[in-house]
Amino acid sequence: MNYEFKWSVLWSGQSGAWLLQGLLTTLEISVLAWLLAIALGILSGALRTVPFLPLRWAATFYVEFFRNVPLLVWMFFWYFGVPPLLPRPLQDWLFNHGAEFWAGMFALGVYHGARMSEVIRSGIQSIPRTQFEASLAIGLTTFQVYRLIIIPVALRLIVPPATSESLNLLKNSSVALTISVAELTFQTRQIETYTAKAIEALTAGTLIYLVLCLSIATVMARVERHYAIPGLIARVGPG
Amino acid sequence: MDVGVIVNNFQFLVVQGLIGIGPFIGGTLRLAIPAMILGFLLGIFVGLARLAGRRWIRVPATVYVEFFRGVPLVMVIFWIWFIIPQLLRLPIPEYGVALTAFVVFEAAYFGEIVRAGIQSVPRGQVEAATTLGLTATKTMAYVVLPQALRNMVPALVTQMIVLFKDTSLASIIGYVDLTKAAQIVNNREIRPFELYLFVAVVYWIFTYSMSRMARRLERPLSPA
Repeated sequence: MNYEFKWSVLWSGQSGAWLLQGLLTTLEISVLAWLLAIALGILSGALRTVPFLPLRWAATFYVEFFRNVPLLVWMFFWYFGVPPLLPRPLQDWLFNHGAEFWAGMFALGVYHGARMSEVIRSGIQSIPRTQFEASLAIGLTTFQVYRLIIIPVALRLIVPPATSESLNLLKNSSVALTISVAELTFQTRQIETYTAKAIEALTAGTLIYLVLCLSIATVMARVERHYAIPGLIARVGPG
Repeated sequence: MDVGVIVNNFQFLVVQGLIGIGPFIGGTLRLAIPAMILGFLLGIFVGLARLAGRRWIRVPATVYVEFFRGVPLVMVIFWIWFIIPQLLRLPIPEYGVALTAFVVFEAAYFGEIVRAGIQSVPRGQVEAATTLGLTATKTMAYVVLPQALRNMVPALVTQMIVLFKDTSLASIIGYVDLTKAAQIVNNREIRPFELYLFVAVVYWIFTYSMSRMARRLERPLSPA
C-alpha cells in the first residue's frame, strides 16, 4: 500500500469548520427526529395496547409499514415524492428553508417512531395486567391509567432498549447525505473530495461518531441504574 | 397516481433491481442472501471469540463489536470503498465492496446475537457434557451451539430483516439494487411518488413476511 498520509488536511483549510458544521447538523437533525420519534412511538405504542380496535389497527399499520421499509427509500419518498403534492405556498416555504433537512428529519423521525413504538409496546406489555386492573379498581379512567401508571413505569423499564434505538437513530442520520443534508458523513465526503485524502477524512468522521455513541451509551448506563425499578430483574427487549 | 409508470418499468425494477438480471451489476436479493449467510458465519466466530477464555482472543473481538456498533453503516461502506482498492491495488466492483461492507458490519451484530444465544444455555448442560467426557470443542459443537441456535432464531431473523433493508444503502456507491433501479427510472419518468411507494411496498412484502416467520418461531420462554 503506497498511500501518503497527510493528517494536516484535517486542521488546515476549511476542514475543521466543515466537520464542526457537519457535527452540529447531525446533532440537530437527530435531536428533532428523536423528539418526533419519541412522540410517535409513545402514541402508537400505547394505542397498540388499547382495547379499541380501529385505533389499534391504525397504529399497527403505521408501525408495520414504516419500520419494514428501508430508511433510504423513505428519505427519497419524503424528499422527492411528497413535496410536489403539497400546496404551492407550503412548497415555496419548504424550498426556501432547506427542504432536504426537513424531509430528512421527518423521514428519520417517522421511521424511528415506528421502531420506538415496538420498544415501548414491549415495555407496556411487560407490566403485569393486575396493575392495570388495580388502577381501574381505584377509580382511574383508562386515559388516567395510561398517563399516571402504565406509561411512567414502562418508560423506566425501556431505558436500555430505547437507548440503543436512539443510538441507531443517530447513526442512521448519516443516510440523510443521500438527499444532500450537510451532516457529518456528507462533510467527511466533502473533505475527501477537496483534499483527495480519503483515509484521514474518514478517520475523523468515524472517530466523531464513535465518541458520540460511546459517550451517550456511558451516560445512559448511569441513567439506567438511576431509574431502574428496584426488585425487577426483567430486561425488556425490542419486538 | 399514475400506475402506468410502474407497469411500464415493472420488468426493469423487479428483474434488474430486485433479482439482479440485466444490463447492470445489481440486484437486492443477489446481495442480501450471500450477505446474510456470510455475515452470520463470521458472526458465529465473533460471538465465540467474545466468550473465549483467552484475553488475546476476547479483547479484539470486543473491540470489533463495539467499533462497528458505534459507527454508521454508510461510513463503513465508504471505508471499504476507499480502502480495498488501496490495499489490493486493483479496482473492486461495487458488488464486492458492498458485500464486504455488509458482511463485516453485520457480523458485529450477528456476533452479539450468537453470544446472547450461547449465554442463554444453562450452565448445567456444559457441566453434564464435560462429565460425560466431551472435550470443550465437542461440547460447544454438539451440546451448546445446537441449543443456542434454537434460542437465537427470533433475534437472527430480526437482524436479517435489518440487513435486507440495509442493502438499499449499496445504491450509494452505484450498485443497481431495487432502490437504485427506482432512481434510474425516476430520472427518466419523474414520478417519484409512485416509484418510491412501489419500492416501499416491494421491500415491505419481503420484510413483513420475514417478521411473520420470526413471530411464529418465537416461543414464549417465560410466563408474562
